[in-house]
Amino acid sequence: MSSVVARAIRAGYQDREVLRGVDLVARAGELVALVGPNGAGKSTLLRVLGGLLRPASGSVTIDGVDIATLDRRAIARHIAVVPQVFETLFPFTVREIVALGRTSRLGPLGTLGSDDARAVARALDDIGATELAERRIDRVSGGERQRAVLAMALAQEAGVLLLDEPTAHLDPMHQRATLDRVATLARVRGLAVVAVLHDLNLAAAFASRVVLLANGAVVRDGAVGDVITPELIGRVFGTGLRVVAHDGRPFVIPEPASVEERHARAG
Amino acid sequence: MRTVTVFALLAAALVVSAAAGILVGAVAIAPGDVLAALFGAEGTNGTIIRELRLPRVLGAALVGAALAAAGALLQGMLRNPLADPFVTGTSAGASLGAVLAVALGLEPALVPLAAFGGAIGAIALVWRLARLGGRTTILTVLLAGVVLTSFAGALVTFILVSSDRLSLRLRAVLGWLQGGISVISWNELAVVAVVVAIGIIGAVLLAPRIDAYAFGEETAAALGIDLDRTTALVLATTALLTGAAVAIAGLIGFVGLVIPHALRFLLGATHRRLIVASIPAGAIALVLADLGARTALAPAELPVGVITGLVGAPFFLALLVRSRRVIV
Repeated sequence: MSSVVARAIRAGYQDREVLRGVDLVARAGELVALVGPNGAGKSTLLRVLGGLLRPASGSVTIDGVDIATLDRRAIARHIAVVPQVFETLFPFTVREIVALGRTSRLGPLGTLGSDDARAVARALDDIGATELAERRIDRVSGGERQRAVLAMALAQEAGVLLLDEPTAHLDPMHQRATLDRVATLARVRGLAVVAVLHDLNLAAAFASRVVLLANGAVVRDGAVGDVITPELIGRVFGTGLRVVAHDGRPFVIPEPASVEERHARAG
Repeated sequence: MRTVTVFALLAAALVVSAAAGILVGAVAIAPGDVLAALFGAEGTNGTIIRELRLPRVLGAALVGAALAAAGALLQGMLRNPLADPFVTGTSAGASLGAVLAVALGLEPALVPLAAFGGAIGAIALVWRLARLGGRTTILTVLLAGVVLTSFAGALVTFILVSSDRLSLRLRAVLGWLQGGISVISWNELAVVAVVVAIGIIGAVLLAPRIDAYAFGEETAAALGIDLDRTTALVLATTALLTGAAVAIAGLIGFVGLVIPHALRFLLGATHRRLIVASIPAGAIALVLADLGARTALAPAELPVGVITGLVGAPFFLALLVRSRRVIV
């Protein structure tokens, strides 16, 4: 059971400041959705949370321990990052990919023990990928590859799970399956999960809390119905998105541009 | 099971190719006489076998093993099969170090160390240049490698022509540069063997961490890899292996490219298995290539680099065409 707390994070690249004082908390059992327009700083915040980008100021703590005091190996035992899936040219099997999740627990000679094999088997089972284990990662479908890297992160047995647009290249059915799985894991295993999501409707359906980011700052942090409102969505994303309520949940629907709008753009 | 079969076949092929390398040569010697010479018989045959063929076969085996292991390491870290010590400019840097050492009149046993110095300077520079864009990609590594290879080559030629010590032996030096296994003494072989052994142990120890690069550097870091430290260790190990190989064999291209790539089809991608298999496979490849170099135009000798180049360059191009969609 872990929680991750980011306080007053300022961070960026070279001369460009992306995050201007961001606070974020994810407690055990929560799925926090990070939403906002392109360039808002969502992915940068995720990199800071994962210890992959050192903030210019501010701190990230896991159960009270500042991750700036930990080395990469120690951080990886507390925080798992699910990568956006790239192609790999090498014929790793799915099981070998999942076993990469145990990298931070390699022995001095680079060997894995029976504990590690068990963790890999369990992660494959959790994600329903056991039957894929001996398949080659470069020969499975996009959805299956997504499951493999999710299992890899689970095999890390970290209390915090970070996902950067886990549904980016998936069809609607696999988007739902992935987030449903992640939400269940957060609840059942008590993981603290932070996921960058582009799709506001997916965030509304699966998140326990939504953090809306714009221009490197938190606009609102709260329950789905408090963040995905007509007023806030209009202010942050601009006009053209209609927010309607259905079954007690907000839905965001894109509207075609009006004739006047098109004229204004052309003009 | 498959792994066991592949390793058994490699072991058998290593024994057969080493035997062939010792039995066959420009001078015909009967197998019985070869055996007698190996066990100490005096005379011309003894000299040919013990002082020429045996060190040469061992030298070729060491060079092949070193280059193949170095290639597997580099390919793993760049997660692309287009890398090896030759195309990254590491070999050219090593040859510059070695030529400089000879031109300055250093002890022959120090040549492998000078080659190592040149190799580590070259690969560190290539990495530095390739990182300018923010992340290391195969394309920038290859470009930097090309530039460095021609720059080091120009310096080598300049040194060769301007050094009295070297210009007298121009033909021999040029033969070595083209990739000729020229083992001068058992002492030199011993130095190289020790360096290669250290490099191979390093490569095998690093291998599981290289696996973590399967989805790139950022993911490797997230999995717990200290990128700066691991990169430094991989580059140093590569330089050690390349320096040793270049010191006795000059510029031999593509062994480090072809061998790991071919083995991946048989053994899969995990790097410990791949690197361990690359050692005998690289040795076999170069012992056979050297045998071809010695016998194809006997009594004249081809540089072995000619043979590896003829086989390896088309292979590289085929690989380039097939993997172009993921080259960056």
